[in-house]
Amino acid sequence: MDEAMSEVLLSLKHISKNFGEGDVLSDVSLDVKRGEFVTLLGASGCGKTTTLRIVAGLETPDTGEVILNGQDMTSLPPESRPVNTVFQSYALFPHMNVEKNVAYGLKVRGADKKTIAARVKEMLELVQMSDYAGRMPAQLSGGQRQRIAIARALAPQPQLLLLDEPLGALDLQLRRQMQIELKRLQKKLGITFIYITHDQEEAINMSDRIAVMKGGKFEQLGTPEEIYDRPATRYVAQFIGRSTILTGKVKHTNGFSAVIETGNGSFTVDSAHAKLTEGEMCDLCVRTERMRASKTPVEGFSLPATVREARYAGGSVLTYVTLRDGTEVVAEGVERMADAPNPGDTVYMHWNPAQAAVIGGASYGA
Amino acid sequence: MANKRRKKRKIFSPIYLTLVLIILYLPILMVVIYSFNSGRTIAAWQGFTTNWYTRLFNNALMADALKNSLILAGLSAGFAGVIGTLGAIGLANGHLKGGSFIESLATLPMMIPELVLGMAYLAVFTAVGVKLGMAALVLTHTTFCVPYVFINVKSRLVGMDPAIEEAARDLGASPLRVLRDITIPLIMPAVISGMMLAVAMSIDDVVISFFVTSAETTTLPLKVYTGLRSGGTPEINALSTLMLAAIFVIVGLSQLLRARSDKKLYASKQ
Repeated sequence: MDEAMSEVLLSLKHISKNFGEGDVLSDVSLDVKRGEFVTLLGASGCGKTTTLRIVAGLETPDTGEVILNGQDMTSLPPESRPVNTVFQSYALFPHMNVEKNVAYGLKVRGADKKTIAARVKEMLELVQMSDYAGRMPAQLSGGQRQRIAIARALAPQPQLLLLDEPLGALDLQLRRQMQIELKRLQKKLGITFIYITHDQEEAINMSDRIAVMKGGKFEQLGTPEEIYDRPATRYVAQFIGRSTILTGKVKHTNGFSAVIETGNGSFTVDSAHAKLTEGEMCDLCVRTERMRASKTPVEGFSLPATVREARYAGGSVLTYVTLRDGTEVVAEGVERMADAPNPGDTVYMHWNPAQAAVIGGASYGA
Repeated sequence: MANKRRKKRKIFSPIYLTLVLIILYLPILMVVIYSFNSGRTIAAWQGFTTNWYTRLFNNALMADALKNSLILAGLSAGFAGVIGTLGAIGLANGHLKGGSFIESLATLPMMIPELVLGMAYLAVFTAVGVKLGMAALVLTHTTFCVPYVFINVKSRLVGMDPAIEEAARDLGASPLRVLRDITIPLIMPAVISGMMLAVAMSIDDVVISFFVTSAETTTLPLKVYTGLRSGGTPEINALSTLMLAAIFVIVGLSQLLRARSDKKLYASKQ
């Protein structure tokens, strides 16, 4: 076995699943490396939970294979897979105390009492819940239940941990804190995580790689930076972060940069990542925090706009402008209200061409 | 305006409630009161006595009927407990075609008039050659007790987060192990409360029992019924009072058990 092969822990090959009302998953393939933190990101109904359930064995794919460590697991029942899940509802056993909940996975696998006791203690220490061993789940807060659910899933030492929106039920502050803790835990234990969320900020903060899902397919698979800086489709651009999307026609290109003409004017883009051909339509995605409004024209851009409002947003000023065709755009970049343009002023929109993503060719309109 | 209406309702609803309660419970209260009446008739109150209770306890026939009733209720609730629970689990887990049809079929005996059920049982037992008596009683009582367990357990299973059982599978438990470690312990309160309701139903059944019992086997409610036909004695009032008390306690406990365990299950979900 060569090294590249042994690096891949889990491999999903051409998975499709249909519950009778159209495809929930169609031809999904994914390789997850050992120790990697991969997030499935998407709106509800995009198939991310089904993907996770197929890996756990709680759902059988119609076609395709689930391969773990080079072994085909597709038809193995969940109890025979070295994979554990943290459920969205935590699913703690309400009739068992914290200690018994955490011990359960070891107990059913026939571990001896000493090993179980030691492992449970270790797990409770890991999630900082040692003082709660005797409590019943009903006596715990949401965040505490979350920790126990994680401890319970980690106790049998799974090769792969699946997390189904584990922080979805927590309030914002607790969620941020748990994000950091989960990431710390994952690094410390070196366990491979597949994580589900519909929160793009969470995905970007925690993941090594993100798979953006839509309609049972992967829209884009890449590092958080790739997903954020170079969204492959319009959907990804709109789903992640706040951005402005401008549609236009490629006027001419030299392979490195291209001039795009829109109804609002024209601008130059960096087209090294997108294969653009002259005359085709494309979308340009500019992140709100990279969009600038200048009081004087900027070279390479001719996008005049009228200022509607400038509002202080803590640390920076958001300038709300309207382009010639009525498109509303938000720009950042000015730090003080005193420097902001006045309503009614004409400003010129611009950005760093290297920081805008071009969606052209086959991806356009997808 | 709205305030006035609300005020009106405030006066009206307690009156209404009291009336309903009086209509529901006054006749029952009469039986209880007259079981302590020293006179022989219900016509007039002639002083307090516990005489009828003493006589009741010394009556060997009554003791026999009590024994029969308890055995009957115990056995039929037991059988119904097993059958109803297995049925509910089976229907909840299996993606059975026509599951809802089977479900309504299983609860139908609650709706069918007892008279019809009794006649049907009698006809079947005579045709098949089942001897009337205790065995026939247990068979029929089990049948009409099953729905009480079934419904109770089913609603408990429906209210349960399916992820709890999935989590057990995920942690390495076989389906049978999940049943033993997770499902059964979690539905046990519903099974027990269903069985208690079954006991309450069995212990006061007259109509169906009347059809399938033999002359040698008599139960407490049958005793009350025959006792009334031969004129009715305050002894019967005493017996009714005791049965009433027993039923109140059983049903009350069953409801309490259910409420408490539902609360627990709910709390762990939040």
